[in-house]
Amino acid sequence: MDALIAPLLNGSAQGALLLLAALGLSLTFGQMGVINMAHGEFLMIGAFAAYLVQQVIAASNLSIPVALPVAFVVAGLFGLLLEVTIIQWMYRRPLDTLLVTVGVSLILQQAALHIFPSQGVPVEKPGWLDGQLNILGYEWPLRQLFTILLAAVCVAALAAWLKYTSFGRRIRATVHNRDLAETSGISTRTVDRLTFFAGSGLAGVAGVAASLIGGTNSQMGAQYIIPAFLVVAAGGIGQLKGTILAAWAVGVALSYFAYWTTGSLAQVLAFILVIVFLQIRPQGLFTVRTRSLA
Amino acid sequence: MTKLKPWISLGGIGVFAVLLLAVAPLVLTDHWLNNVGKYCCWAIAAVGIGLAWGRGGMLVMGQGVFFALGAYSMAMHLTLETAGDRIPGFMVLYDPLAPLPMFWEPFRSAGFTLLAIVLLPVIMAGILGYALFKRRVKGAYFAILTQALAVALATLISSTIRETGGDTGLSDFKYFFGFVLNDPANKLMVYLIAAALLIVCVLAVWQLYRSRFGELLVATRDAEERVRFLGYDPANIKLVAFVVSALMASIGGAMFVPIVGIITPAEIGAAASILMIAGVAFGGRASLFGPALGAMAVGWGQSSLGSTWPDGWTYILGLLFIVVILFLPNGLSSLTARFTVRARRGPDVPPTPAIVAAELEEVKS
Repeated sequence: MDALIAPLLNGSAQGALLLLAALGLSLTFGQMGVINMAHGEFLMIGAFAAYLVQQVIAASNLSIPVALPVAFVVAGLFGLLLEVTIIQWMYRRPLDTLLVTVGVSLILQQAALHIFPSQGVPVEKPGWLDGQLNILGYEWPLRQLFTILLAAVCVAALAAWLKYTSFGRRIRATVHNRDLAETSGISTRTVDRLTFFAGSGLAGVAGVAASLIGGTNSQMGAQYIIPAFLVVAAGGIGQLKGTILAAWAVGVALSYFAYWTTGSLAQVLAFILVIVFLQIRPQGLFTVRTRSLA
Repeated sequence: MTKLKPWISLGGIGVFAVLLLAVAPLVLTDHWLNNVGKYCCWAIAAVGIGLAWGRGGMLVMGQGVFFALGAYSMAMHLTLETAGDRIPGFMVLYDPLAPLPMFWEPFRSAGFTLLAIVLLPVIMAGILGYALFKRRVKGAYFAILTQALAVALATLISSTIRETGGDTGLSDFKYFFGFVLNDPANKLMVYLIAAALLIVCVLAVWQLYRSRFGELLVATRDAEERVRFLGYDPANIKLVAFVVSALMASIGGAMFVPIVGIITPAEIGAAASILMIAGVAFGGRASLFGPALGAMAVGWGQSSLGSTWPDGWTYILGLLFIVVILFLPNGLSSLTARFTVRARRGPDVPPTPAIVAAELEEVKS
C-alpha cells in the first residue's frame, strides 16, 4: 500500500509546487507570448525572501506566514522591473525574449551566489509543520499538505481575481484577443505589467514553499523552470484548469517514475511522456479557441 | 553585385581556411593551438545552430544532446582503445567483476564508432524533429523541449556512474585510432582534422544557403504559413535543417574528445548548450561566419576568463545575452552590414530587418 500511496501524495505536493511556478509562466505566455526563463529565479528570490524575513522575525511560527506576502511582493517587483526595463521592448520578438531572460537568469543566479553562502541558507520550518499525517499507513509530512493547501488558496484567489475583478476581465480579454482588447480601450501595457507582477509574485510564493522542503540555493530556480514549462506545454495556455491538471499529472508522474526507476531516469521518461502527449494534443489539454493557423 | 557576393563569401572561407590550417599551426604554441582546436569544435556545433536558428528560426537550446552523442561515441571508443582487452579502469573501480555494458561492445570497432557519430544524431534528431515539426510544435515550445532533453540527458549520464563515468566523465585517452595522443605531431594532426571539419561545415552551409533549400528555409522562418500555402511542407524543410545541425553538433563533440581529453555531463548540459547559443547570437545568427567566429570568441572567454574569473564571466555572459539580443539581434555581423549599406547607399537607408514578425501567425480569432 505504501508503494502506491507514497508517490501519489508526494507527487501531488510536487505538482502543487509546480503549479505555483507554472501559473505565472502560463499567464505571461498566454497573454504576451513571452517565455520568461528567469521565472525560476523569481522562485529563488521568494525563497531567499523567506530566509531574510526569518532573520528579522526569529519565531518561525510567525515568520513563514509573514514571508508569504513579502515573497509575493518582492518577487513581483522583480518581475515588474524586468518587464519595464527589458521585456516591454521586445514584444514583437518572443523567441528573443526567451534568450534575453536566459541572460537575466544567469545574472540573478550569480548574484545569489555572491550575496548568500554558496551552499545556500536554511529556512527554518515552523513548529506547526513538523508533524506527519497518517494516511493508509503512510506518514505524510504536514509540510507537503501545506504546499497543496497553499497552491489551492493561491489558485482560488487567482481564479476569483480573473473572474470577478475588472483587472481580471481585462487580462482575460487580452489573452483572447489582444488587438480587439486594445481597440476597446484596454491599456494592454498596464495589463501586461500587472500580469507580470502577479505571475512573478506567485513564483515567489512557490519559493517559500520550496524553501521549506529543500532549503535555498542559487540553483533552485533552474530546477523548476523546465518542469514548470513542461506543465505549461501539456496544459495548454490561457486557461487555469489545464495548468492545474497538467501540474498535478506531471508531479505525480515524476514521482511514480522516480519511485519505480531512479530520479534521473524519471526526468527522461517524463520528457518522453510530454512529447508523446504533444503528438496527441499539440495545443495542450485545454486551449482558448482561436482561428490562428498555428 | 548579387552575382559577385557568393564568391566574396567563398573567398572569405578561403582566408579563414588559410588562417586556421596554415597560419595558426605556425604562429601558435602547442597549448594555444590545442585551445583553438577546442574552439573549433564549439564552432562546428555553432555553424549548425546558425543553420537551424539563424536561417530556420528554430531555437535549438539542446544542441548539447547531439554534441554528447558524438562526444560519448568517440570517448567510449578511445576508452576501449586505451584499455585494450581489459575492462576500462573506472568501471573496475565500482564493480571489479561485472562485464562491459552491452552498449559499449560495438564501440570497439573504429568503423562502427565513426558510423555512430554520424548516424546516432541523424536518427535521434530525425525522430524528435519528425514528432515535433509534423505536429507543428514550434517557437518557445520547441526551444524548451530541446533544452529539457539536454537536462534529462545530462542528469542521466551523471547518475550512471558505472556505465558512463558519471560526473567525472570519461578521460585519460592514450590512443586516437592507433595514434599516440601525447605525441605533438599527432596532436597537430587532430587539430588539423578539427579545423578542416569546421571549414567543411562552413562550406556546406554556404552551399545550403544559396540553394533553393536555403531560400525555402528562410521563407519558413519568416512566414511558415505562406510556405505551407504555396504547397511546401514546412515540417520537412525544418526537419532537414534540424538534422544537419544535429549532425554538426555531433561532429563537434566527437572532435572535442581527443582535443580536450575529457568529456563530462557539464560539457553537454543546459549551461553548455546555452553557451553554444551565446556564441551564435554574439557573432550573428543568420550570417555565414558569425556563428563560427562568435562561438570561438565565446569559447575563448569561457576557457580564459571562465577559469581565472568565473564569477565575472557569468555576469559578462548574462550581459552579453541581454545587450546583444536587445540591441543587435543579428550579432556583430550586422555591424559590418550596416556600415557597408551606409557606405553604398548613403546614411538614410535603414538596414533590412532579418526578423520579420510573422503576420499571419498573429491573426487570432
